[in-house]
Amino acid sequence: MAVLAQNTEPMLAGFSPAPVSGWANDARVAALANLNKTGAPMRRDEYWKFTNPSTLLSENPEAAILGSDESPVFDSFDKLLIVFKDGIYQPDLSDDLTGKNLEIQTLGDAMATDIHWAKEIFGVLESRGQLPVARPFAALNTAVAEQGFVLRATGKVTKPVAFRYIRSAENAKAMIHHVIKLDAGAELTVFESGAGAARINTCMEIDVACNASFHHIRAQGRDHERQAITHMFGVLGKESIFRSFTLTVNGLMTRNEAVLEFTGDDAKATVAGACVGDGTFHHDDTIFVTHDAVNCESRQVFKKVLRNGAIGVFQGKILVKADAQKTDGYQISQALLIDDDAVFLAKPELEIYADDVICSHGSTCGATDENAMFYLMSRGIAKKQAQDLLVLAFLDEAIQEVDNAALADEIRGRLAGWTERHR
Amino acid sequence: MLNIKNLKASLEEEDKQILKGVDLTINAGEVHAIMGPNGSGKSTTSYVVAGKGGYVVDEGSVTLDGQDLLNMEPDERAAAGLFLAFQYPVEIPGVGNMTFLRTAVNSQRKARGEEELNAAAFLKLVREKAKALKIDAEMLKRPVNVGFSGGEKKRNEILQMAMLEPKMCILDETDSGLDVDAMKLVAEGVNALRDGKRSFLVITHYQRLLDHIKPDFVHIMSDGKIVKSGGPELALEVENNGYADLLNEVA
Repeated sequence: MAVLAQNTEPMLAGFSPAPVSGWANDARVAALANLNKTGAPMRRDEYWKFTNPSTLLSENPEAAILGSDESPVFDSFDKLLIVFKDGIYQPDLSDDLTGKNLEIQTLGDAMATDIHWAKEIFGVLESRGQLPVARPFAALNTAVAEQGFVLRATGKVTKPVAFRYIRSAENAKAMIHHVIKLDAGAELTVFESGAGAARINTCMEIDVACNASFHHIRAQGRDHERQAITHMFGVLGKESIFRSFTLTVNGLMTRNEAVLEFTGDDAKATVAGACVGDGTFHHDDTIFVTHDAVNCESRQVFKKVLRNGAIGVFQGKILVKADAQKTDGYQISQALLIDDDAVFLAKPELEIYADDVICSHGSTCGATDENAMFYLMSRGIAKKQAQDLLVLAFLDEAIQEVDNAALADEIRGRLAGWTERHR
Repeated sequence: MLNIKNLKASLEEEDKQILKGVDLTINAGEVHAIMGPNGSGKSTTSYVVAGKGGYVVDEGSVTLDGQDLLNMEPDERAAAGLFLAFQYPVEIPGVGNMTFLRTAVNSQRKARGEEELNAAAFLKLVREKAKALKIDAEMLKRPVNVGFSGGEKKRNEILQMAMLEPKMCILDETDSGLDVDAMKLVAEGVNALRDGKRSFLVITHYQRLLDHIKPDFVHIMSDGKIVKSGGPELALEVENNGYADLLNEVA
C-alpha cells in the first residue's frame, strides 16, 4: 500500500531542488525522490519520539547572533581555514585551497565537472545510511545542497582542514555537504566550528580506505537560539581509524547523527561528544554503528550536563552482522542533571547476530556526587567552584577520546568558560 | 581553639540521634585522641564539626577561636582553619590532584584576603611537601585518589593538610587500612606539623597510632557522649582491657 508522504514543502522552502547537470544529478534526483517517499519526520517516528522534529521543520528559523569576545574555536591551531558565512563559502576570508597531499575544491566546482571520483561517495554513503532508519534531513541535504567541499587526502595531510561557520543574518538557513575521501594510508583531520546560520544542516560523507586515519573535531556554535541538524556517514576500510568528537555548548536544537559502517577488518572508530545546556536546550546524539567486518572496535562515548529544563537525548545503536566476529563494541551515555528540571532520555540498542563478540553499553543519569562535593568544600573550595570542578571532571571522560592533548585542552577551556558563565 | 559544647545531632533522614551531648575543649597546641567502640559517634562528631550534609544539629555549639562553625559552609570552616583528614578519602575521577590542591590552597587564601600563590610558587611548595611524604610526581598528576592504594590515599590527606596549614586538624581513623610502615610515614607527616600552636584531634580505634602520634589527652566515647577523659594511660588501658570493662566501670 502506498503511504502518503508527509509534507516536505517546509523542508525545501528556500532551497532549489533543481537538478544540476553532470555526475551529481542522479544522486540529487534520487535523494529528492527518497525524501518525498519518506516525507518529513514526525514525532511518531521511532527515532524522533524523544526529539520533536517540528522545531527543525519551521519555515523561518530565527536566532539572535551572539556577541562574544572569545577567540574563535581552534584559532590558535595551524590549519587550512575555510570560512562559510550564513552557509555560503567566503573565499576572501579563507586560506588558499592548497595543501600537501590534499585535493580540495568546492562542491559547486566539483559538480560542474563531467566526471569526478566523488560520484562514488556523494549521496551514496548517505543513501546507504537511510536503511534501516530513514534520515530525511540527510536526504534533503543531498538533494539541495550547493555549498560544501570535496576533499581527498592522498597521503598524510599535515594541516587540518578547518571549516568555520560564521553568521551575519539572524534568519539564514544553511545547507552544507562535504565529501571526503581518504586514500589508503592517508591521514586527515577536519575541524568544524560555529553556529553557521539560524539553522544549519550539514552532511559529511567520509570514505576511509584501508590503513587511513580520519580525525574530526567539532565545536558547535553557542548562539542560544540556533538550530543544527548534522549528519556523518562514514565507511571504514581495513585497519582504518575514524575518530570524531563534538563539543556542544548551548543551542535551541541540536541533532547530531552519525552512521558508521565497518566494511574492512581490524578497523577502529570512536564517536564521542560532550555537551552542556542551560534552559531552552535540546541536544540529541543519534548514532548507528554497523559492524560488517571481523575484529573491529567501536566506541560511543557521550556526556551531557543539563540544567534548568535542558533536555539531552541519546539514541545509540550497535549492529553486529553475522560475519562480524571478534567485534568489540562499547557504548556509554551519561548525563549529569544539575537540578530537578533537567531531562535525559536514552535509548541504547544492541543488535547482535555474531556469536563471538564483546559488546557493552551503559547509560546513567544522576546528580552531582554529594560526597565529592563535601570533600572538595572541606578543603576550602566554594560550592560553585566545587560544582564546576565536578562538572568538568564528569565531561572529561568524553574529552579523553580526543587523541590530541592541545585540542583536548582547547575543549576543556571552552567548557570551563561555559561553567563560569553559568553559575 | 576548638570548643564543642553539649553537641547533639541526628541523622537527617532517620530522625535518629547519634550525638547526645558531646563536650570537648581543645586548646592551642594540644593533641587529643578520641577512642571508642564502633557506632559510638566518633566519626559523626568529625562530620558534624566539618559540616557534612545529612545531619541535623539539635542542640549545642561548636566554635573555632570563637567563630561559630555550625553557621558556616564547609569551605568557610576550612578557611577558618579547620581540616578533616577523611577515613575514606573520596576518589574524584577527572580532577587532577595538582589542580585540586592548587584550587584548594588558593580558595582559602582568597577567602582570608591573602594573595593567591602563582603557579611557580605553588609547584615549589607542593614538591617540597610531597617529597617528605614520599609522594612522587606521578601521584600528583593522577586524578584525586583514583587508583591510589590505602596508604597513598592517607598520605595524600596529610599532604593536603601540610599544604593548607590549618589551625585545627581532625584525623578520622587515619590509621585504618594502613600497614605499620605506612602508619609511621603518616604519623611522621602529622608530627612534622606539630608546632606548639596547631591542635589535633585524632580519632582512632586502636592505641597503636597513638604510639606514633602522642596525645596529651585521651577521651573515650560511647553512645554519643564522651564518657571518660584522661591522659595517654587511658589509651593503654583500652588496649589492655578493651572497651567493655571501661564502659562498665563508667556505667
